[in-house]
Amino acid sequence: MSQQTSVLYDVPGPRQRRITLISSVVATVALLVGAYFLIYLPLDEKGQFSMELWGPLVDPSNENFSQVWQRLGLGFKNTLTAAALAIVASLVVGTLLAVLRIQLKSLTQRRFTGLATPLAYLLRGLSLLLSVVTRVCVEVFRGLPVVITIFFVARGFPEFGVSFDTLWYLVIGLTIYNAVVIAEILRSGMEGLPGGQREAAAAIGLSPLQTTRMILLPQSFRIMLPALISQLVVVLKDTSLGFIISYEETLNIGKQIIGVLGNPIQVYVVIAVLFIVVNYSLSKLAQYLQRRLSQGRKTAGTPAQNPPPAALMSQAEGAGGN
Amino acid sequence: MNVLIDRFDVFAGGFWLTLQICVLAATGALVLGAVVAVMRISPVPPLRAVGTGYVNVFRNMPLTVVMFFAAFGLPALGSNADFLRIPGLDAIFSRLGTDLPYFRFALIALVLYTAAFVCEALRSGVNAVPAGQAEAARSLGLTFGQNLRYVVLPQSWKASVVPLGSVIIAMIKNSALAGFFGVVGDLSATADQLTGAEGYAFIPVAIGISIGYLIMTVPLGALLDRIEKRQAVAR
Amino acid sequence: MRIKRVAALAAAATLAFGLAACGGDDAGEGTGSKSFPAGSTMERLNKAQKIKVGTKFDQPGFGQKGLSGKPEGFDVEVAKIIVKELGIPEDKIEFVETPSKVREDKIVDGSVDLVAATYTINDKRKERIAFAGPYYEAGQNILVKKDDTTITGPDSFKDGTKKVCSVTGSTPAEKIKEYVKDVATQLVLFDTYDKCRDALKNGQVDAVTTDNVILLGYIAKDEASFKLAGDNFTKEPYGIGVKKEDTDFRTFINDTLEKAFADGSWKKAWDDTAGKFGAELGAAPTINRY
Repeated sequence: MSQQTSVLYDVPGPRQRRITLISSVVATVALLVGAYFLIYLPLDEKGQFSMELWGPLVDPSNENFSQVWQRLGLGFKNTLTAAALAIVASLVVGTLLAVLRIQLKSLTQRRFTGLATPLAYLLRGLSLLLSVVTRVCVEVFRGLPVVITIFFVARGFPEFGVSFDTLWYLVIGLTIYNAVVIAEILRSGMEGLPGGQREAAAAIGLSPLQTTRMILLPQSFRIMLPALISQLVVVLKDTSLGFIISYEETLNIGKQIIGVLGNPIQVYVVIAVLFIVVNYSLSKLAQYLQRRLSQGRKTAGTPAQNPPPAALMSQAEGAGGN
Repeated sequence: MNVLIDRFDVFAGGFWLTLQICVLAATGALVLGAVVAVMRISPVPPLRAVGTGYVNVFRNMPLTVVMFFAAFGLPALGSNADFLRIPGLDAIFSRLGTDLPYFRFALIALVLYTAAFVCEALRSGVNAVPAGQAEAARSLGLTFGQNLRYVVLPQSWKASVVPLGSVIIAMIKNSALAGFFGVVGDLSATADQLTGAEGYAFIPVAIGISIGYLIMTVPLGALLDRIEKRQAVAR
Repeated sequence: MRIKRVAALAAAATLAFGLAACGGDDAGEGTGSKSFPAGSTMERLNKAQKIKVGTKFDQPGFGQKGLSGKPEGFDVEVAKIIVKELGIPEDKIEFVETPSKVREDKIVDGSVDLVAATYTINDKRKERIAFAGPYYEAGQNILVKKDDTTITGPDSFKDGTKKVCSVTGSTPAEKIKEYVKDVATQLVLFDTYDKCRDALKNGQVDAVTTDNVILLGYIAKDEASFKLAGDNFTKEPYGIGVKKEDTDFRTFINDTLEKAFADGSWKKAWDDTAGKFGAELGAAPTINRY
């Protein structure tokens, strides 16, 4: 962090340091005073700091403490279950989808020489059609809000006579969206690889599928690992949308607790802290991995230091989910 | 399928309201995100700390929680977000000026949440500018502000466009949550109302709602793809 | 939708006369070991010794999930009476959350066996499912702040200044739209009534509207802040939702309810739950066998 930014300004001299110090102190004091008058006082006035509201959440001797945390624990377990299932499913489906799209792309460029002309045209048309269909699916599910996708899954599946537990609606909804995003991450990773990789693979006689499986996909996974992990954070946050279909994840249980105890602000603060801690650790993990990878890559001499712009894009997109 | 024609006004109204939310929230998020980004790379430590803290908090919270705090935390602080009732602007975006504050609350939540991602997108752009550029600027004696303004930002802008666009697309999708926090009549709430209380068949409504969102997100995504490809070629 | 309530009741009543003859096949319940007609839903559930009941998880007094993780309330107790009559122990009930907008869907796709969730009987719903009951008659009302004298009934929203809150996709929300002048500036919708109550308390809205018993629950918890504005302006008979074609099961539930009205278990269920809010139970409603 400091290494990157210090490029933008000189190392401050004694005068600049003094000015910085003074303005820092002033800014900090101003922030604290502002927080006291604008946040603490109004909340205190409304009794939001009373133990009656906080007690069940922070005071172990409170009669409701153990029950509240048991419920929250259950909610957190459900959140993690849904997130874990969704991330595994999206990884599998996303990888398959990425491979499929890459294969279809190379198929559409093939001329099918050696086959009868009508058959060749048919095959070309078919691969073109398939490639368009997958493209449209990707665009549609990437363009829809996850809330809407989950809502559609939960309402749409029973419409066709298929019904599961709410957990599975949530997992399917999250998987549809995230598989598409992950597929795009992997695909842009594969397309961002230098053309030489593919050409070399062709030169030693690998088929397109072998090329993808043995050459492109493993490299793409490595380059895109940080982006994939930040997608994990997105999935974890998105499970909170389970409240729309009555899945009992953390927020939904929080809502039930609020219904009984009537302390919404307090419960939401606790839940927010829980989410921030877990997700912050995850994104730290992503940074750590990124650092390790780029260090490991230096000796290998392959261009992994700078992910292609598409990687940045997917990262931002991933992080931008709910 | 009749519902699409019979209740076209409802779909259109929902689309228009969602579009309003998106335009306003995008503007706000870009401005706030730029401010936070400057804070995060500034030489003043407390500002950096605030910027970093801000990004970490809002990036790691579910939007649902942010929405909740905007809709119920702000009133507890005694604010109805009346500062957003900007004269003139509320003539175009009529919901801004009404006595019902939930449109404004939803906007605030979206802006606060999205700004964290805008900041990261801008920062990734700044980081993409080769270090030599900023060093050369410094050796010419440019200050931090001048350095950003004349050397770094004009170059980083290009690298930021694509990630920024993705953030905005994500924000459009996120705006679907506003319907669950007191904003009546946006696209997602329309789905609820038509299939729930009015009992319309599910599939046609789903199609209508999807089209509404895809109209906004798909062209933007295609545009980004084009920009990205061009940049790749230019490089 | 509810504008046709009276017509609906009338229609249902005529139907009830027409079908009264079918209502008589008593399934021999009440004997020690339960036996039910072969192939009936009752027999299936009794054999499985398991039942899925749809209820609300956020409705104080009717169906609310407490800190213990078990739902409590009048709806829950009524469901328990019915389940007991099926010869299934109480701890074999699986309660499923059924918010207003998905109740029909859940019945139709079979994810619940019956729904007791402040479920108003109306014609639109009867197109997709069937109702046993009613077991209670509520009515839509308006909750305001204790010191508010400006709102006296639904007509107070007609001048376009007062703001009112309800729940997304619910019938009270649709009903109040008839009285509200400008939906965009007067109506607020949340996913739960708790949020509406908080919005009223914070002063963002002037009123909350839904069925009186739900509102009475909020008054009971915070008598210093809230009161009802005027009388109920609709009638909401609560029924038990079952599959549309399952007339036997519906008849069975109707018989069970009548028995519960007579032997006092219905009254006791009320007194233990929503009755604590000071709401009137009134006389037992007439079962509507259509």
